Amino acid sequence: MNKLKSMKTAAKVNFATYLGVILAFVLVSVMRSQGLINSAMGGMLVPVCCYIVMAVSLNLTVGVLGELSLGHAGFMSVGAFSGIIAAMSLQNAVPFAPVRLGIAMLVGAACGAVTGVVVGVPVLRLRGDYLAIVTLAFGEIIKELINCLLVGVDSKGLHMAFNLTGTLTIDSLGLGEDGIAIIKGAQGSVGTTKLASFTAGFVLILVALFIIQNLVNSRSGRAIMALRDNQIAAESVGINITKYKLMAFVTSAALAGAAGALYGLNFSSLQAAKFNFNTSILVLVYVVLGGLGNMWGSIIAAVVLYVLPEALREFQDYRMLVYAIVLILVMLATNNPMIKGFFARLFRRDRKAEPKGGEAK
Amino acid sequence: MEFLSNLIIGVSLGSIYAIIALGYTMVYGIAKMLNFAHGDVIMVGGYIAYCGISYLGLPALVSILLAMLVCTVLGVVIEGLAYRPLREAGSLAVLITAIGVSYFLQNAAQLIWGAAPKNFSSVVNLTIPPLFGGALNVSGVAAVTVTVCIVVMAGLTWFTSQTKMGKAMRACSEDKAAAQLMGINVNRTISMTFAIGSALAAVAGVLLCSYTPTLTPTTGSMPGIKAFTAAVFGGIGSIPGAFLGGILLGVIETMAKAYISTNLANSIVFAVLIIVLLVRPAGLLGKYVPEKV
Repeated sequence: MNKLKSMKTAAKVNFATYLGVILAFVLVSVMRSQGLINSAMGGMLVPVCCYIVMAVSLNLTVGVLGELSLGHAGFMSVGAFSGIIAAMSLQNAVPFAPVRLGIAMLVGAACGAVTGVVVGVPVLRLRGDYLAIVTLAFGEIIKELINCLLVGVDSKGLHMAFNLTGTLTIDSLGLGEDGIAIIKGAQGSVGTTKLASFTAGFVLILVALFIIQNLVNSRSGRAIMALRDNQIAAESVGINITKYKLMAFVTSAALAGAAGALYGLNFSSLQAAKFNFNTSILVLVYVVLGGLGNMWGSIIAAVVLYVLPEALREFQDYRMLVYAIVLILVMLATNNPMIKGFFARLFRRDRKAEPKGGEAK
Repeated sequence: MEFLSNLIIGVSLGSIYAIIALGYTMVYGIAKMLNFAHGDVIMVGGYIAYCGISYLGLPALVSILLAMLVCTVLGVVIEGLAYRPLREAGSLAVLITAIGVSYFLQNAAQLIWGAAPKNFSSVVNLTIPPLFGGALNVSGVAAVTVTVCIVVMAGLTWFTSQTKMGKAMRACSEDKAAAQLMGINVNRTISMTFAIGSALAAVAGVLLCSYTPTLTPTTGSMPGIKAFTAAVFGGIGSIPGAFLGGILLGVIETMAKAYISTNLANSIVFAVLIIVLLVRPAGLLGKYVPEKV
């Protein structure tokens, strides 16, 4: 108990975040085994895990590094398709599914990281809104490139072709008798063996949290936050801008790649168009509503906002309209000085009314 | 001749981007915000014009005026309700709010007009006789689009440099606090900017739908993003920059489609943008302002 008291606030928050995630996992697992979760909700478990990791990793770029990225779905896309290729081509070599999933996620993370370096080196020279538009552009480029990709595998190995003119089909790969098509251009991946499981999602969330929280609380993390708060001051005390910016950006891209691999292996077919600008925006909304730099906020926002449109199903056509209005109202309520002041007064009155009330935040 | 005809298609497509980009760049210049809902105002403009022509049986010109009027009001209302309360907030909060407005407009349009695409009949029924003995065909829409773009561009340049309101806009984009001290009503100036931008969006919407005659609730998003790219390309905040960026973007896109790859046309456009930004971080005509400490 004494040890708990002597911990720093940041460490306590980290600890509580891990605890919350583990408790949520146990709770959902128990509910699932009791049959309390219907199939629609059960089908959302893996995507929710993927989006949580996406939100947490984007939070590293937007909240901790302070650079607006509008192309995060691009890294997810790279991870998803490289993960699918890895999993499908290793089908015979690695028969045990969880290991294959693990390898796929590692391959996804590695490809995400490589893309992160390729995108990051030129992009991170820009500032603010220009950086935002370039990340958006990269996201769209990645989407179109994958749309042109043809990949198949047979006993001789992996076959790839790049469908520049739009005349090639999957038959142009010249696959052998035992060959299988993995990615068919704009049709995306087809006939993927589903490997993803909720447990894998849970492990991925824990790993992502572990990596990000350790990075943030390290010497490098403090350098990254110094860059966010004042780049010129940080540079003048000798912080290497490119190195630390790239560190945060690539870590974020690698985690997005791993999340993408898990996501891709959760569906039997997947198109690159799924990872468009709107997906990047969706994740950004989770991050901003959850609070910049606040990891558990991102987790909660991702869960609530992913489940909310499903929960609003009874409104049918109106649900996305309601979602949009909720989004605008929340932004107004949390950012307008007048409304914020109103809430502050409201809570102060509450606290006066019950002097023994709960802990002050 | 094929090259010339592609060039003309590119310039006219670019003119549409330029008109949309003008809206983006003016709003960015004055309010320093990325108005992601701008693309959806284009879509609303298209739908209103469609309703005017198909349901009310109005002549094309009246429908366009109606669309401009509705979009102007819409732009001012959006600014007043969603963006004005966030004037002092961080840029991310405003960005997310703009995305919320964009979702709202798309879904409201889907509720009102349905998700099925509407077939928009071109408002331009001008035919230009083939030039060079039939070797070069210029469509009426292309000619009208380029003309409208030049007129809009000239009008805006005159407006911002000569009128009192235009000068107020430039003053606000330079320094809001100083403009306020000089007796400029900043809020009204920003409303006015949104009004002009949205009216231009309506025009762009009608022209865009005359080009590609299908109209859906998401019609505006991709042209919106492209026009935003065009605005950044030319140097965001600069009116001639938006014009130049739009035209160049249209030409690059058309040429890439014709000579390189249909599938990768957008990628090539975006790649050119990235290269330009790496060489000139403030865009082609943007002013690079070094940070003072």
